[in-house]
Amino acid sequence: MLTFLTRRLLSAAGTVLLASVLVFAAVQLLPGDVATQVLGQDATPEAVAALRDQLDLNRPAVLRFAEWLAGAVRGDFGTSLVSGEPVSGALWLHLRNTLLIAAATVAVAVTSSIVLGVVAGLYRDRWPDTLISSLTLAGMSVPEFVVATLLVMALSISVPVLPAVVLDGASAPVADLLPAVVLPTVALSVVMTAYIVRMTRTSVIDVMASEFVTTARLKGLGAWRVVVRHALPSALLPTLNVIAMNVAWLVGGVVVVENVFNYPGIGKLMLESVHSRDLPVLQAVAVVGAAVYVLCNLAADLAAMALNPRLRTGERSTR
Amino acid sequence: MNEPNPANEPANEAAEAAPAAVAAPAGMVRTTLRSLLRSGPATAGLVLVAVHVLIAVLAPLLTPYAPTANAPDSALLGPSAAHWAGTDALGRDVLARVLYGGRYALMVSFAATACAVALGTVVGCAAALKGGWLDDLVMRVLDAVLAIPPILALLVVVTVLGAGPAVIVLAVTIVYAPQVVRVVRAAAMGVAPLDYVTAARARGERTLSILVREVLPNIADVVSVEFAMRASWVVLLISSLSFLGFGANPPTPDWGLMISENRTAMTVVPWASLAPIIALATLVLGLNLSADGLAKAWGVDRVKEAR
Repeated sequence: MLTFLTRRLLSAAGTVLLASVLVFAAVQLLPGDVATQVLGQDATPEAVAALRDQLDLNRPAVLRFAEWLAGAVRGDFGTSLVSGEPVSGALWLHLRNTLLIAAATVAVAVTSSIVLGVVAGLYRDRWPDTLISSLTLAGMSVPEFVVATLLVMALSISVPVLPAVVLDGASAPVADLLPAVVLPTVALSVVMTAYIVRMTRTSVIDVMASEFVTTARLKGLGAWRVVVRHALPSALLPTLNVIAMNVAWLVGGVVVVENVFNYPGIGKLMLESVHSRDLPVLQAVAVVGAAVYVLCNLAADLAAMALNPRLRTGERSTR
Repeated sequence: MNEPNPANEPANEAAEAAPAAVAAPAGMVRTTLRSLLRSGPATAGLVLVAVHVLIAVLAPLLTPYAPTANAPDSALLGPSAAHWAGTDALGRDVLARVLYGGRYALMVSFAATACAVALGTVVGCAAALKGGWLDDLVMRVLDAVLAIPPILALLVVVTVLGAGPAVIVLAVTIVYAPQVVRVVRAAAMGVAPLDYVTAARARGERTLSILVREVLPNIADVVSVEFAMRASWVVLLISSLSFLGFGANPPTPDWGLMISENRTAMTVVPWASLAPIIALATLVLGLNLSADGLAKAWGVDRVKEAR
């Protein structure tokens, strides 16, 4: 059990490390000189030389990566090329704002998709299932920026109750940002729910056909008890992985949705850094994104282990 | 299943590996078509995709307007007999732009999906057949690529190499091939230990010929479903990129770009945003329905797949 945990943790750390190597390599080693890329083709040689100096480009890439990594581990991602301030300050501030949306989205999407998936699975091929499955397909077929745009149209312009565009800066207090969180959360939840519902529905159908559910039924347990106590825990197991994958998608989806609402989160920071070619910021956001993904997968694996007695005891009996 | 089996591939072995897959290609196409056409949603999906392709090809015949022709005097008009879906802020006919708009999305998406699926299939099969350190190495690197959220990876590539159709195809290939590898590798692993592969190995055939003649025909179903499904995500991803300003360059007619251009004027000319939204949603819906239909016809489980 402990060996398993250690191995899992090490492999997660390895994945993040490898991902940051890939990001670093993509940013630093791809064709052309980075300094020229940043400044444009018609920059003066002096300016290019100065930037090369600032970026330490005259030293071997391996050395630079080692230094960058040593800093990153301590939470220091270097200095922004645009603002000249440490990347980490802006990064954590924007990450905090994005986590507000992400946490709300995960809570809403997971709850609603489990409820809808269970209903669809229990009423297989009857009207509640047909309705939910059609809505799911519709949700999968519209990109999140479309949902967001339609929401802006419907709620903020026709019925102005919620802000369509966020005017607060990244450092606004959480309480000020809360009204702005609602619409992005709804937009992301719609798309995310659509994907998770399918998995929940399938696994509910599988589990309801299994022998232990039949046994529970034959014991004379009430329908509610059979579903909640017997079927649901097993049905949720495969769903966990899909949820973890969707959280990874969330990190990307948030980029688009934040852009629609002008929400000062990590996605907006990323887009700004793309436009201004602020490589240290870009690199930091990509690596943090990868770390979030790996952490979510790790959490899903651990939760699966906690939920599945076979995984727990199986580990033990092999020793 | 009742097709005579060519060469020395025992039919029952193939059937065990993938219950619905039939070894003979012609028979497979016919059975699949028949079961696809029997399922209403799958037919609807294929028809939707076909209509989109036709519209993209025939766009010049369907509208008298050029998609990029500015007409400042007739800007921001509502739907009328002359302009069925109105005009945008530059006076361009919205319907013409929507009809032409599928060209960029369809072409780039098709090229990107084809590259990602082809690369993923080759690497996935190689990893499954060779096994050992190659397999370990490939899977490690893939885990790392998969860990970077697709849109972040795309933005990094686009920042470094600049936006353009070729770069986007390349970037989507890098981002989506790893997921294809995973799926194909799992499918190929199911085929690799079977007797006819062992027999081919014993005959001394090279890995490439084993891959092409023994493994690929038996995982064709998985690869096809993978293609249809990836295509729907690639269309979404590429339109998101266009929306963010990293895909098609103005004034190219493209749905993602149109939505982004016209959303500020949404209260004045809602159809300028709604029309491309409908076009985009119906294309992705068609791809999703086709993928579902194919998966059902072949018994491939697509729900559990990663995005």
